[in-house]
Amino acid sequence: MIRFEPRSNPGPFLVYGVPVLAAAIAILLAAIPLALAGAPIIEAYGLMISGAFGSVFSTSEMLTRATPLILTGLAAAIAFRAKLWNIGAEGQLYMGAMAAVAVGAGVIDGPSWVMIPVVILAGMAAGALMLIGPTLLKTRLGVDEVVTTLLLNFIVLLFVQMMLEGALKDPMSMGWPQSEPIIDSAAFPALLERMRVHIGLIIALVSAVALAIFVKRTVWGFEIRAVGENAAAAKFSGISVTKTMILVAALSGGLAGLAGVSEVAGTRGYLATDLSPGYGYAGIVVAMLARLSPIGVIASAFFVASVFVGADSMSRAIGVSSYLADLIVAMALLCVLIGGFLTRFKVHFDRKSAHG
Amino acid sequence: MSSAAHTSPETSQDLLLSLAGVTKRFGALVANDAIDLTVHKSEIVALLGENGAGKTTLMNILFGHYVADEGTVTVASRDGNLEQLEPGAPQAALDAGIGMVHQHFTLAENLTGLDNIVLGTEPIFRLRRDRSTARAKLGELMAGSGLNVDLDQPVYKLTVGEKQRVEILKALYRDARLLVLDEPTAVLTPQEADSLFAILRKLAANGLAVIIIAHKLAEVLAVSHRIAVLRGGAKVGEMLTSDANHKSIAELMVGREVPASRRTARDPGKPVIPLRDVTIDRGDSRRSLHGVNVTAREGEILGIAGVSGNGQAALAQLIAGLDKPDSGTVEIFGETVTKFDAHTFAQNGIARIPEDRHHDGMVGSMTVAENIAIEDVRSPEYQKLGFLDFDAIRKRAEHAISDYDVRCPGPDAPARLLSGGNIQKLILARVLEKSPKLILANQPSRGLDVGAQSEVHRRLLAARQGGAAVILISEDLDELLTISDQIAVIHAGHITPAMPTDSIDRSELGLMMAGQKAATHAAHAATTTNPGETA
Repeated sequence: MIRFEPRSNPGPFLVYGVPVLAAAIAILLAAIPLALAGAPIIEAYGLMISGAFGSVFSTSEMLTRATPLILTGLAAAIAFRAKLWNIGAEGQLYMGAMAAVAVGAGVIDGPSWVMIPVVILAGMAAGALMLIGPTLLKTRLGVDEVVTTLLLNFIVLLFVQMMLEGALKDPMSMGWPQSEPIIDSAAFPALLERMRVHIGLIIALVSAVALAIFVKRTVWGFEIRAVGENAAAAKFSGISVTKTMILVAALSGGLAGLAGVSEVAGTRGYLATDLSPGYGYAGIVVAMLARLSPIGVIASAFFVASVFVGADSMSRAIGVSSYLADLIVAMALLCVLIGGFLTRFKVHFDRKSAHG
Repeated sequence: MSSAAHTSPETSQDLLLSLAGVTKRFGALVANDAIDLTVHKSEIVALLGENGAGKTTLMNILFGHYVADEGTVTVASRDGNLEQLEPGAPQAALDAGIGMVHQHFTLAENLTGLDNIVLGTEPIFRLRRDRSTARAKLGELMAGSGLNVDLDQPVYKLTVGEKQRVEILKALYRDARLLVLDEPTAVLTPQEADSLFAILRKLAANGLAVIIIAHKLAEVLAVSHRIAVLRGGAKVGEMLTSDANHKSIAELMVGREVPASRRTARDPGKPVIPLRDVTIDRGDSRRSLHGVNVTAREGEILGIAGVSGNGQAALAQLIAGLDKPDSGTVEIFGETVTKFDAHTFAQNGIARIPEDRHHDGMVGSMTVAENIAIEDVRSPEYQKLGFLDFDAIRKRAEHAISDYDVRCPGPDAPARLLSGGNIQKLILARVLEKSPKLILANQPSRGLDVGAQSEVHRRLLAARQGGAAVILISEDLDELLTISDQIAVIHAGHITPAMPTDSIDRSELGLMMAGQKAATHAAHAATTTNPGETA
């Protein structure tokens, strides 16, 4: 018989070590599908590592991929901290990207130090508004935000498609449904010459540190933690749950919108409906892997990005499906969930008695 | 007299349960330290102890939820042989005839009493149900014990006392020979408690062995044959109830002398909170008030007596600033309240002690220091430009921890590590530190041990002495009669006028709580009962 006894206070190894161990186990477990596909296992691992870290180019690709993941990971982390189940980061990302294109593709112009903040603010505001609506529905009418935010993703994507076929369509695109490009003064400069990694990475890292400080050290962070951990006690002590939730919605939606801005102004240069390969959803995984810690989000976004970039390059080299990357990330998430359970409970294996 | 006397008048043939040398450790904590306990047929043993004394751990070992590190559990089989109970096997405990009635009932509310009782004893696959044998058996049980309850009513229609009877019948129906009751009177009116005791005595006379876990001493003295006292995981005393008295047991439980709470005479000052014709209708009697008038005065404790679920929650929500009346007015400190808002209430001298201290009183994952400061983090004392001043927050927590004797690893420890009594001390430290003018104390000592209870009473009395008005909502008559200056009774959303405590007859109060007697009778009734005696 297996019994579970709750642990009163898990130590630092359990808190920090378990996610790392879970990620490592997930990568090792990837050997099973690799073997089933008949691929040389050691070589495949080698190709995965060199694909993500083997050269300046590959590292730059990995960091480029990590940038939106950090931001959507933060968006999910802050929302889930407050028990606001924002599944709509994907839609918020697209709204942010669209707002950035709307103001940054030539309607107004100015020096970079004006235009970059302008596109960022526009994108964050659009993302924030996208989440504030569902949050008000939740606090006022009790409408389940999982449903509303999830469904809004599809509405937003269709809306973006409509705009790309209409008002935002680039007349020079030869019929492709894509927006006019972001003008140079609003584009995020690259960090390295001839590489794709751009200042969006710095913005994402600063956002993570700022969010960590915000949550831990400010009055508003205090209130978010209180509402998230025990809304009844927070309410009893005089904290306004509605106001706190709206603040969280603005932060979470804003960060997801910022991810869209970063992609459109840093990586892609224009808006199309394939801007995000699901960064909004992947952000949920990133946040869960990080146990909702903003600093942890950086590490888990790097992990997820490395797996994706590494597996991509490995699959091209030896002809294994790149879906392997999804498999590893999914297994890492499962391992972290199991690890989280083992952090909270001690497991006892009792010998089953003969006459039980 | 209170010395531990291991006298068992019964012969060993009557021995039903024997725990020998039971030890259970959780890391460094010794939850049970070599505990010996025997229970005989027809015997009611009271297991007494403060929270954390090891009562629950011991019962969990008996029921096979935990495995003891050392020691044995032996149960007499039905033909009288002593057999060791298989450790860690709940089914073995059930098969051996050990039944439990939990403090929080485990009944399916939408099923009838009969359904609940036979649930799990019938085969799942059957063409038709034949319940005549079940009915016959239950009829016999009811006739033999006085456990009368309508078994064809859905459980949600039953009173709390009736639900408890269904729970007891459920255990007896499964041929329990040893019944364990966890805090069985916590939810009952005094009359219901008395009738429960009568039933237990009758069941014991018919051969049932009973372990009753309790901390209300008066009840233990009234019902049990033998008392075992646990403290800090060890059995510190065992005596026949006939040899025991109130004071000696309390001291055994706490390990030191317990100061008696006593009011000192004090002239009440001006009214602090009058509720005038307040009505809140939430469709549900637990959360509604009907035309209620209440006046609490400075330097006075106003007790609100009542059986749980008669509108106390609505009254508490109102005074805590979490709800507003549909009609009527609330005046606090002479001003009519227009903005019902918990933050404003807390910042304007109203101390609020919530009913459910785990659910409403603290955020478990936040630190002790953060929980103490939670009502005041927006005040300039604890933040600058929105950044928390952790030094100030920690300094306040350190003072609170030493002044209120909050036992915890430190101000930075997560609050969920604290025991119930220490959480209550934390809440007292949070709200009383600001010298409030009005204190709402909702069930402030429920579930606390004797030591912590007396601490809560001492703090409330000190605040009263300092001129605060205290509204004490309680289901514990001893508590109300000991520290209140006046008592009003709440029943079905109506509150009687307050009556001076010294003129109140205990049994009449019980009838009023049950809604069977109007206030005016009690208020004018001549009575010779001295409330100090009953406490």
